[in-house]
Amino acid sequence: MSPEGSVNSPAKLATKNLSVFYGSFQAVIDVGIEFPACAITAIIGPSGCGKSTLLRSLNRMNELIEGAKIRGEILLDGKNIYQLNVLELRKRVGMVFQRPNAFPLSVFDNIAYGPRVHGINRRQKLTEIVERSLKAVRLWDELKDRLDQNALGLTDEQRQRLCIARMLAVEPEVLLLDEPCSALDPIATLHIEDLLRQLKEKYTIVIVTHNMQQAARVSDFTGFMLLGKLIEFGTTSQIFTRPQHPETENYISGRFG
Amino acid sequence: MKRRRIADRGVRVLFSVNAVLAAAVLLGILIFLLAYGIRAFIPAGAVDPEDPSTQPLTLGGFLFGASWNPDAYGQPEYGIVPLLLGSLITTVLALLIAIPMGIAGAVFIAERLRGGVRVAVKMAVELFAGFPSVVIGFFGLLVLGPALARVFNVPSGLNVLNASVLLALMSLPTIISVSDDALRVVPHSYREAAYALGASPWTTAIRVILPAARSGILAAVMLGFGRAVGETMAVLMVAGNAPIIPRSLFDPVRTITTTIAIELGESAFNSIHFFALFALGFILFLIALFTNLIAEALIRREKRSFTL
Ligand SMILES: Nc1ncnc2c1ncn2[C@@H]1O[C@H](COP(=O)(O)OP(=O)(O)OP(=O)(O)O)[C@@H](O)[C@H]1O
Ligand SMILES: [Mg+2]
Repeated sequence: MSPEGSVNSPAKLATKNLSVFYGSFQAVIDVGIEFPACAITAIIGPSGCGKSTLLRSLNRMNELIEGAKIRGEILLDGKNIYQLNVLELRKRVGMVFQRPNAFPLSVFDNIAYGPRVHGINRRQKLTEIVERSLKAVRLWDELKDRLDQNALGLTDEQRQRLCIARMLAVEPEVLLLDEPCSALDPIATLHIEDLLRQLKEKYTIVIVTHNMQQAARVSDFTGFMLLGKLIEFGTTSQIFTRPQHPETENYISGRFG
Repeated sequence: MKRRRIADRGVRVLFSVNAVLAAAVLLGILIFLLAYGIRAFIPAGAVDPEDPSTQPLTLGGFLFGASWNPDAYGQPEYGIVPLLLGSLITTVLALLIAIPMGIAGAVFIAERLRGGVRVAVKMAVELFAGFPSVVIGFFGLLVLGPALARVFNVPSGLNVLNASVLLALMSLPTIISVSDDALRVVPHSYREAAYALGASPWTTAIRVILPAARSGILAAVMLGFGRAVGETMAVLMVAGNAPIIPRSLFDPVRTITTTIAIELGESAFNSIHFFALFALGFILFLIALFTNLIAEALIRREKRSFTL
């Protein structure tokens, strides 16, 4: 359980005065946020408030968008991420997307993709990694006899799990998930949430979600964003039971967004 | 509502008419080639037993004969093997050069260029696809030929190598342009997924994007093949044109297309020679038709697999 009220666990990942621009439009405004290690932090807020933009800045995926610029600092273990090699950064800070985006390859090759990119080519080692990653997302029993089947033939939930397994295969430290359940049915959503709760033992997790119940169920900390600004940040129980800002309260109680 | 439906009908009819017209023209050409070509094999009118040039050909001798020599005194020969091999050898060599360069170029354009630069480069490539082949032939004749002769110390630079390099140049734009289209329909989410795992742009292109686009790229290669195998003028200018089976890169070579271009004018109207050239044209037509059909099928499969 999360410590009531205070947010003083060590920060694995943090931003300082982070602003993100698309051309002249500022999508994220002066956000300072700390993501505690081995905990799940949820980012909530109405559509278009900059959640995805913030998340995608954390592993520099946002710079793939033409015209995107950032100002401010992002620190991983206290070190500015722009001092790291971008490929190394993305290996350490993995990401799962809204729509399961498995490659049109076999289950095995999907998971082995990351390790191969990072220079692991021995079949035996890869087999180990595939097994470990699939077990971590509890797909191993379902798929162990279908490793050479094309991943596009799996169900939505299986594919999203596979994407998580694929991310775990490169042994990241931070997991970024952008509405990972929005393409899944309610049962599958609960399954993924269970999985996240298990994964937080080892990983620092940041999840963007539209679904407030999901944030309440799964996260330890919650940040509420509105129009590019981080309005409030605290433990999930505090945000949901005793929000400090009227905007937060309005959003939580469903009065807008 | 009603007017819309009539307009719809009109457009549909227009398209159908066009499609039927195109198919009819194609079929017409096919029938025309066949009707003329076949007369090389059936005795037409007076066969003079004294004059070998009026003897009809046998299909076996035509398809498998190793010598093409219509002007030989006494016994003219119409074996297409040297010509067929000439076409295939120059085309295959051309593709060996053009495929790697074309795919690399397409990856560069599709994955690394953006916005206006991308559009400009793509337009330049497509412009080059329509470059007059005579001009490229001049380049081969006046620049590449002498250069090859000097570098490899051979008597003539008009040979297999020269023809292949020119054909590579000419099929390159097609391969680049169609491959680029194929790469572009690969969903952006694949790139994101790969980048998010820490893959570099080049690894992403090689390990994810190219495999995902492989049927489209195969189609590009087939179209490049069609372009190379059908090219006449540039090859005519630089290939040396001796109808022999080439033994090295520096031997002269004669293709199907250049044979037709060279000999049609000098063959007597309605002679066996004349009809044999139409039979050659028919063979060429079949080769081009099949490569295009395969390419079409591959492109269609590609499109389908990404509209889920
Ligand atoms: N590529 C882009 N170019 C220009 N503006 C963009 C781009 N992507 C997002 N924006 C704008 O930036 C703002 C924040 O977008 P973002 O996708 O981060 O919001 P979000 O909170 O994730 O929304 P949602 O809940 O709908 O996913 C929005 O106003 C959006 O219109
Ligand atoms: Mg979003």
